[in-house]
Amino acid sequence: MNWLIKGARLHGADPADVLIRDGRLAEIGRDLDAAGAERIDADGLVILPGLVDLHTHLREPGREDAETVETGSQSAALGGFTAVHAMANTDPVADTAGVVEQVWRLGREAGYVDVRPVGAVTVGLRGERLAELGAMADSPAGVRVFSDDGHCVSDAVLMRRALEYVKAFDGVVAQHAQEPRLTEGAQMNEGELSGRLGLRGWPAVAEEAIIARDVLLAAHVGSRVHICHVSTAGSVEIIRWAKSKGWDVTAEVTPHHLLLTDELAATYDPRYKVNPPLRTQADVAALREALADGTIDIVATDHAPHPVEDKESEWDAAAMGMLGLETALSVVQAAMVETGLLDWAGVADRMSYRPARIGRCDTGSHAQGRRIAAGEPANLVLVDPAHSRTISGREMASLSHNTPFEGMKLPGRVVATFLRGRPTVLDGALQ
Amino acid sequence: MRHLLSAADLSREEAALVLNTAAEMAHLTGGRAVKKLPTLRGRTVVNLFFEDSTRTRTSFELAAKRLSADVVNFSAKGSSLSKGESLKDTALTLAAMGADAVVVRHSASGAPHRLANSGWIRANVINAGDGTHEHPTQALLDAFTMRNHLGELDGRRVAIVGDVLHSRVARSNVLLLDTLGAEVTLVAPPTLLPVGVGAWPCEVSYELDPVLAKSDAVMMLRVQRERMNAAFFPSAREYSRRYGLDARRFGLLPDDALVLHPGPMNRGMEITADVADSERSVIVEQVTNGVYVRMAVLYLLLAGEEGEAAS
Repeated sequence: MNWLIKGARLHGADPADVLIRDGRLAEIGRDLDAAGAERIDADGLVILPGLVDLHTHLREPGREDAETVETGSQSAALGGFTAVHAMANTDPVADTAGVVEQVWRLGREAGYVDVRPVGAVTVGLRGERLAELGAMADSPAGVRVFSDDGHCVSDAVLMRRALEYVKAFDGVVAQHAQEPRLTEGAQMNEGELSGRLGLRGWPAVAEEAIIARDVLLAAHVGSRVHICHVSTAGSVEIIRWAKSKGWDVTAEVTPHHLLLTDELAATYDPRYKVNPPLRTQADVAALREALADGTIDIVATDHAPHPVEDKESEWDAAAMGMLGLETALSVVQAAMVETGLLDWAGVADRMSYRPARIGRCDTGSHAQGRRIAAGEPANLVLVDPAHSRTISGREMASLSHNTPFEGMKLPGRVVATFLRGRPTVLDGALQ
Repeated sequence: MRHLLSAADLSREEAALVLNTAAEMAHLTGGRAVKKLPTLRGRTVVNLFFEDSTRTRTSFELAAKRLSADVVNFSAKGSSLSKGESLKDTALTLAAMGADAVVVRHSASGAPHRLANSGWIRANVINAGDGTHEHPTQALLDAFTMRNHLGELDGRRVAIVGDVLHSRVARSNVLLLDTLGAEVTLVAPPTLLPVGVGAWPCEVSYELDPVLAKSDAVMMLRVQRERMNAAFFPSAREYSRRYGLDARRFGLLPDDALVLHPGPMNRGMEITADVADSERSVIVEQVTNGVYVRMAVLYLLLAGEEGEAAS
């Protein structure tokens, strides 16, 4: 089916019509007409390229009680995403061509978004020896992002070798920066509040020390490195410095680190327990500024579903992680757009173009993160920025409900998502 | 007040009310052959202990029994931390059994908050020590004991010495003593002080000797020898030498200064036997007073609620 989107604001700029034909953007201009095309009145809506998430936990295989590739894909589509990168910490771990192919195939079968598997850096995420990175890269899944996310590749030699090795296939190591000894049993950001609450502190330096080491390693061996979920003002400073040297360093920030602070831990409600932990207001301000000036390249959700029983417990015993796919765009609108730090073109850049480029999924038959221009694949999202909604985990497509934004009023609503010309979401409902 | 979760829950008036009520409890039951009051007859108090603590549990048990409440000891060592029954299921079970008050001891900081705020149970929740967070009734009994000897605590100087980092006793004491107008100095090696302690309402010193001379009371905290294995201090001997209360340091205290310890003591580690057993040590008195203070807390939470309902 062909679609004619009438009067949507491209990147939030002047209204235009967009004609989708045979999965591609056929024409963009004023007063378009197309016989037989289904019309969508997009008056007042913003049109963005389909969002690309570089950091998603889909939990399958192994924790199908928390999320499956299908439910996670649905959640992604509802959030305006057309591609997600599925993290490797599944059971079994995605450390072989077999597992990444399985996840990739499940993604195709679900069909809501392009599921791009992330390969583990080390066998079993154990940080001891390299997984078969080349086999995963050469598999039909075409893995380009490698990460032990959830675990830090803390061994400096192993990290160096991984950075070097992936150059052969233009891969990137996405580091979960967490010095393990400094964070044994850590529960929340280390500061005055952790001392008062009696929760084991998680010092900023545990993140910053690893980032400092890894940007130096990447520069030394001439590789690119990507830093997952940057959470502190100090990390921002180190990345800014590395970029000023011209080193090939990229970084991501999660929506929750752009909006929430460690004060929420005072509730002892594990809904707010996450790795890395929520930080201070000063960190939030630094992260926003870094995302605005490009020091932090992208927003990545770190969507981390957990079943109710893993969150309905004492803080110490609870699992770390938060849902993110269905709220990411709203949080970015609240934290970045409505504060004047980023315009919609900036949102498109940080949530589609750049993540697709880092993940090397911006070319080929399933290219993502392409400009909204004639001839490009029709991966689009239509957003109603004037709408606002109250967040409810129970109403999400995700199998889990662990959103930290429960009950919060957030701006914006995804009206429609198109994956190569096919609507996965229309009128805010899954198709 | 519905729950007692933190010493910070108490205003100065409320804290004074608890201490005055504890004094009444002592007056009414102390020294009598029959130590019981009928106040909480028909009410059920559950001692929910996820962590062993015979002394605290016994103290709460005696307190509830002296007020004629029915007491149930619920030992739930297999908490969800060790993949046993979850806190939620335990709470639902207790709610179904009709518990009026739950006295909870847990190795996880904030567990009593979860119990009180989750909607799983309607009972009054009393924190009997949670992780490295707080132990408010211990602070109340310490204040009660000091007040008996020193009078009102306004302007009195109290030193708290030892493993502040891991101590729920220290946290609750700092908060309560500040509320009562006392001046607290924490004394510890820097490794055993939490990050951000500078923002607490107290002074901090790395040296014990200069603090002792101006203290009206000194409270020694239990220090586990095993902490040296995580590099908090080099050896038990060095710890004792720098921070232990021995006869020489005892001599630096003013003549009428008190020595407190929440127990159980590591004799020879943070305190020597002769100091612990000296006549200015009120360590045994603390135990007696613990029962009165806990009676007061149970009475004010449970009977107070009835009063509100009636009015």
